[in-house]
Amino acid sequence: MRKSRARALLALEDGSVYAGRAFGHAAEATGEVVFNTSLCGYQEVLTDPSYAGQIVTMTYPHVGNYGVNRQDMESGRPQVAGFVVREMAGLASSWRAEQELERWLDEQRVAGICELDTRALTRHLRTAGAQRGVISTRVEDPAALVEKARAARSMVGLDLAREVTCERPWRFEQDPAAHPFRVVAYDFGLKRNILRMLAASGCDVMVVPAETSAEEALSLQPDGVFFSNGPGDPEPVTYAVEAARRLMEKKPLFGICLGHQILGLACGGRTYKLKFGHRGGNHPVKHLPSGRVEITAQNHGFAVDPSLFDRPELVLTHVNLNDGTVEGFRHRDLPVMSVQYHPESSPGPHDSQYLFGEFVELMRAHRSRS
Amino acid sequence: MPRDTTIKSVLVIGSGPIVIGQACEFDYSGTQAVKVLRREGLRVSLVNSNPATIMTDPEYADRTYIEPLEPSVLEKILERERPDAVLPTVGGQTALNLAVELSKRGVLDRLGVRLIGASRKAVEVGEDRLLFKEAMTRIGLDLPRSGVAHSLEEARAVLERTGLPAVVRPSFTLGGTGGGIVYNVEDFEEVVARGLDLSPARQVLVEESVLGWKEYELEVMRDRADNFVVICSIENFDAMGVHTGDSITVAPAQTLSDREYQEMRDDARRIIREVGVETGGSNIQFAVNPKDGRRVVIEMNPRVSRSSALASKATGFPIAKIAALLAIGYHLDEIQNDITRVTPASFEPVLDYVVVKIPRWAFEKFPQADPTLGTQMKSVGEVMAIGRTFKEALQKGLRGLEIGVPGFAGQDLDDSQLREKLLTPEAGRIFYVKRALELGMSHDELHHLTRVDPWFLDQLQQLVDEEQELRRRGAALDDEGLREAKRLGFSDRHLGQLLGTGEKDLRARRLAAGIRPVYKRVDTCAAEFESHTPYLYSTYESECEAAPTDRRKVLILGSGPNRIGQGIEFDYCCCHASFALKEEGFETIMVNCNPETVSTDYDTSDRLYFEPLTFEDVMNVVELERPEGVVIQFGGQTPLKLAVPLHQAGVRILGTSHDAIDLAEDRKRFSKLLVDLGIPQPDSGTAMSLDEAKQVARRIGYPVLVRPSYVLGGRAMAIVYDERTLERYVHEAVQASPDHPILVDRFLEDAAEIDVDAVGDGERVVIGGILQHIQQAGIHSGDSAMVLPTYKISLNQLGRIRDYTRRLGLALGVRGLMNVQYAIQEDVVYVLEVNPRASRTTPFVSKATGVPLAKVAARVMAGRSLADQGLTEDLQVRRTFMKESVFPFLKFPGTDTLLGPEMKSTGEVMGVSDDFGMAFAKAQAAAGHRVPTHGAVFISVNDNDKPGVLPEARALYEMGFRILASRGTAQYLSAHGVPAETIFKVNEGRPNVVDLIKSRKLDIIFNTPLGRESRYDDGAIRKSATQHGVLCVTTLTAAAATVQAIRALRERAVEVVSLQEIHA
Ligand SMILES: Nc1ncnc2c1ncn2[C@@H]1O[C@H](COP(=O)(O)OP(=O)(O)O)[C@@H](O)[C@H]1O
Ligand SMILES: Nc1ncnc2c1ncn2[C@@H]1O[C@H](COP(=O)(O)OP(=O)(O)O)[C@@H](O)[C@H]1O
Ligand SMILES: [Mg+2]
Ligand SMILES: [Mg+2]
Repeated sequence: MRKSRARALLALEDGSVYAGRAFGHAAEATGEVVFNTSLCGYQEVLTDPSYAGQIVTMTYPHVGNYGVNRQDMESGRPQVAGFVVREMAGLASSWRAEQELERWLDEQRVAGICELDTRALTRHLRTAGAQRGVISTRVEDPAALVEKARAARSMVGLDLAREVTCERPWRFEQDPAAHPFRVVAYDFGLKRNILRMLAASGCDVMVVPAETSAEEALSLQPDGVFFSNGPGDPEPVTYAVEAARRLMEKKPLFGICLGHQILGLACGGRTYKLKFGHRGGNHPVKHLPSGRVEITAQNHGFAVDPSLFDRPELVLTHVNLNDGTVEGFRHRDLPVMSVQYHPESSPGPHDSQYLFGEFVELMRAHRSRS
Repeated sequence: MPRDTTIKSVLVIGSGPIVIGQACEFDYSGTQAVKVLRREGLRVSLVNSNPATIMTDPEYADRTYIEPLEPSVLEKILERERPDAVLPTVGGQTALNLAVELSKRGVLDRLGVRLIGASRKAVEVGEDRLLFKEAMTRIGLDLPRSGVAHSLEEARAVLERTGLPAVVRPSFTLGGTGGGIVYNVEDFEEVVARGLDLSPARQVLVEESVLGWKEYELEVMRDRADNFVVICSIENFDAMGVHTGDSITVAPAQTLSDREYQEMRDDARRIIREVGVETGGSNIQFAVNPKDGRRVVIEMNPRVSRSSALASKATGFPIAKIAALLAIGYHLDEIQNDITRVTPASFEPVLDYVVVKIPRWAFEKFPQADPTLGTQMKSVGEVMAIGRTFKEALQKGLRGLEIGVPGFAGQDLDDSQLREKLLTPEAGRIFYVKRALELGMSHDELHHLTRVDPWFLDQLQQLVDEEQELRRRGAALDDEGLREAKRLGFSDRHLGQLLGTGEKDLRARRLAAGIRPVYKRVDTCAAEFESHTPYLYSTYESECEAAPTDRRKVLILGSGPNRIGQGIEFDYCCCHASFALKEEGFETIMVNCNPETVSTDYDTSDRLYFEPLTFEDVMNVVELERPEGVVIQFGGQTPLKLAVPLHQAGVRILGTSHDAIDLAEDRKRFSKLLVDLGIPQPDSGTAMSLDEAKQVARRIGYPVLVRPSYVLGGRAMAIVYDERTLERYVHEAVQASPDHPILVDRFLEDAAEIDVDAVGDGERVVIGGILQHIQQAGIHSGDSAMVLPTYKISLNQLGRIRDYTRRLGLALGVRGLMNVQYAIQEDVVYVLEVNPRASRTTPFVSKATGVPLAKVAARVMAGRSLADQGLTEDLQVRRTFMKESVFPFLKFPGTDTLLGPEMKSTGEVMGVSDDFGMAFAKAQAAAGHRVPTHGAVFISVNDNDKPGVLPEARALYEMGFRILASRGTAQYLSAHGVPAETIFKVNEGRPNVVDLIKSRKLDIIFNTPLGRESRYDDGAIRKSATQHGVLCVTTLTAAAATVQAIRALRERAVEVVSLQEIHA
């Protein structure tokens, strides 16, 4: 029999209210409401720390079809503030499934709402922009909920990296012999697949907290430093921008997503908030040096302002073909490379994995030079 | 890199007639390609033997050749046109094979013509299973284990490696016939032996079975810069073992995690690179073991395909159009996405809805055919449905199939056969799955029997539970419950049944409660960008994106899934109606649910509603759009059936009135009309019982044509020569009763049959074409070969035909198209039927006359008189145009190829020439029959036909043919001066005629078993002729035409001519 689910509401700060049914943990959840257009990969999305503080809407209507499993975790737990889907699967069908998504979300205390017009919500977010919102199974008065949404904290100026970073440095368990390049990875909400990809490219990775200073990082004698993805606004993450600025002259650097924005700021650029961001696995990005198009995984609400390239030492390497936003750059003189999107995918296409190889090449070249 | 400017002209190859496995989707892709190449300023020439296609409309290309798709013909066209390039990737496997053949023969090199879209190597690797296997092994991909065998011994050795069950595929057989899945050694040996026998190379491929694995398809594209995108993933509801063309399929894939999906994507990318598809679309099929995820590659097609058409419709990404642009040098990122207008085509579409495709079969037409679904495709059409959930889409799809079910609803099934029917897939297995769920069979067991993924079973279970709940609540169901049911895709009709209120009341109640669908857009991007294309589907949610305009508008109803009797011809007419009405200043709105067609291209009409053609779904669109009227006369029976209900609901029917339609369809009313007009008709009567039937038959005289009154399309029709056979027919076939009377007509024996296509405006009727059937009456008009102009009819008879047609048209008040069928017997012209709508021959006549009749008719509906359109005279033709039908017998081994009053053909071709013989020869060639110019003929005709066949036999004899005949025929021929050798029939001894066919010693067969005299079972001869590609002629009139064709072919070479030249 169909599960009878409690009623739930999703309210946005602009006063829109969507009625649906509750799943997962019966509670109230606030966050910035965004949408992701990936057709699958919900578990990776849920556990991606970059989604901290966000209520994520999946635009594909069926979610949970193949359950959840241990391998597809991008961190130790779900990171989203709330989850919005059109239809939650009643059954997990996969040889890898260990549990049903719905039960897992319940255990993990994630609140969700389903059975609402997620396409209408998406279209609204597209035109009105990402907004603060509340999912609630408790409050029945829409107006009160809207008030709650308005009271929620805003993403702009919010340093969420500090909230999701690791507490102390740790080493991604590896055999150093097989991993000749020592990399210090700043964890602003690091996805596990980045670690796996770095390791697969020959990196011995030491993960460090977001507020690690440049000196501390250097003391680990890395061949290169990696700046991870993460949630929130890059601008308040001044400590990391500062560290990047100091490391830039000394070591090869590689940034992804928030890490990219931090490197952009460190190079003297600015960042700004996109209207509703890029979240999905189908964005075309042109690699300018080769002219090739990569289909990329994306998850960001902020972007690096193209004024960065007024500085002659910075070279735009990747551009988003949908809206022309900056997707990657390099420093002409220093071994710095950076992309806005997610070459580690997870979820998403594997077109851009070559970047990990390029980072290793940077380190190799740098090593032979010094 | 922008366009390759060295390509200034191109020849596009079409796919020929509609056959099982190659249908309208190639008109859709071909039309897209031709349109866009033209837009790019290229000179486009085009060849396709199928006149019922939009792509062969003369305005789409600079030169349009409706000619046989044969290498020698293409060579002539290439010599005339001297294009820079040939594009073979939008015309199915037919076009690819032709291109490879032209390349092999050195024609392309000699004429300096490039192949674009796919290289010869890529085509060969895609098609040759051994080369493909080598390629996959090179890049380390897994395939089912397999090996080639040339003998039973070798096959046994391969079996050691593959194990049982195994898949056996004979190499190079016509249409891949003769293969299958075998479960035990005994079957294995039998199928291998048969396969070796059938294979011209005496070769079979034995393959490890991955039966029951999950089956997936990826539609991918690549450009010259090695940019690669997946347009769509498709998951089969029916697991491996049921051909994807026969499977219910779902887009996007439902039960793959991102990790598995991306690995599959990585494989696809490596495959398309390794096979060497430089530009364009490909279809790649995979199987995944549900137990451990092992993934094997099944095949790849380096071209657009049925699945790519589906993927295009499912995503809004026009694969064929983009493929054509890539072929002339563009890169994906240089092409704009039509729908968003701001983003490039170098992306991967994402869906925020679910698409379900369901095949439609025609087994009822081929009772001797094996109905089991296997590795060879058997369906003749498909329906696609879009919903926000799988459940909704599935229910919409099922009701769109027009097989009498209102959704995922109960069927009258035999429970005792349940397990067997679950285990052995046949058409309609999903209804047995439903029954099993109702009976409480566990999902484990059901999965075990059917291999349907548990996720799908769970979805179906939800519908079954809801149905039970609805039935329990009955009329007491509250509005919230009703809304919930609508969200799950339940139709008004289904709900009316479940709640006991009937459809009408249910609908009234639903509207009163304000429960109406909203329409969402198919936009390629899950709403991330704004859509500028009103390509819509219904669902029950909160926001409607239809945004109807306040322009003058009309709604055009399409023809639904292809079936035998209702195919591409009607889609052609719908498209024409749309084009013409657009030109008249209307906004045109198309409603249809067939993903293969041009009509469901979002480019064809101003707005497209991808919806089932039921009263409910059409009314919903009508109520939202409020068009000035609805056009129902172009889509065949499907929309015609809606005439009365739509009229009753207050909808204005454009053109011929619903009452005139009813008048023509209702036998009593129509009969009276003919009497009033003094137009002859065959005697007839209606019978409620066997006795009555006997009485009627006695009154009107044998032979009689009998049929049930409640089925259309010539189904279950029979010609009955005596009372005994009538008894048998009534007992076995129809069960006459007051509810289901049977219709008895005098059967006009040896009568010439005529089809007339005309157009009327209420004041005037203009005849577009009078087509004479080559076969006599008694063979369905859809199966008969036909010729324009007529060839054996007196001027006086033609005069009567014109007169009757005009008077009928005026009496019925025809505003639009009309088709009349006549039979002429002993100088009496009888009317067989009138269809006040577009007919199957409308496109053919339009191509032959150069006047687009469907457009003319549409303009009439828009209020423009024929005179206003400059059309006051009956149309004339300048050459001889022959239409020949194409049959699916090869796909149904074991079925008799004899023709009768029940239609069996799937498609048609046209042959054009100055004279009858050559036109017939070309039409035969186009239909895939080899007309020999010398060799041996085998003749075996019934006694009635012996005098008739004599001159044909003599002519062949004089042309040097060796004449072989069955005993009686041989005696007759020899006695009349045509020396004939006697050959055994099948049961008379050996070697017999079938042995001769197999050893390829026969070139033609004349065999006429029809008629009261003879009822020998010559089925074996005809079957074996079909399987071995020997021309088998089953009527005298066709035999005479064949002899003329042979004469023409001996006298001169086949010439080619374009429509533009004919109509210049
Ligand atoms: N090794 C196999 N084991 C079981 N089923 C198979 C196997 N290979 C193919 N099939 C089934 O046969 C169908 C047709 O095979 P395919 O290779 O795709 O040929 P086609 O060229 O006719 O599409 C597939 O869709 C699949 O369901
Ligand atoms: N009275 C008749 N005498 C001889 N042949 C007939 C007669 N009525 C129908 N037929 C044959 O049967 C075929 C199908 O009959 P028709 O009434 O046209 O059915 P449908 O509705 O399928 O078109 C015709 O094309 C014609 O060849
Ligand atoms: Mg296939
Ligand atoms: Mg194939």
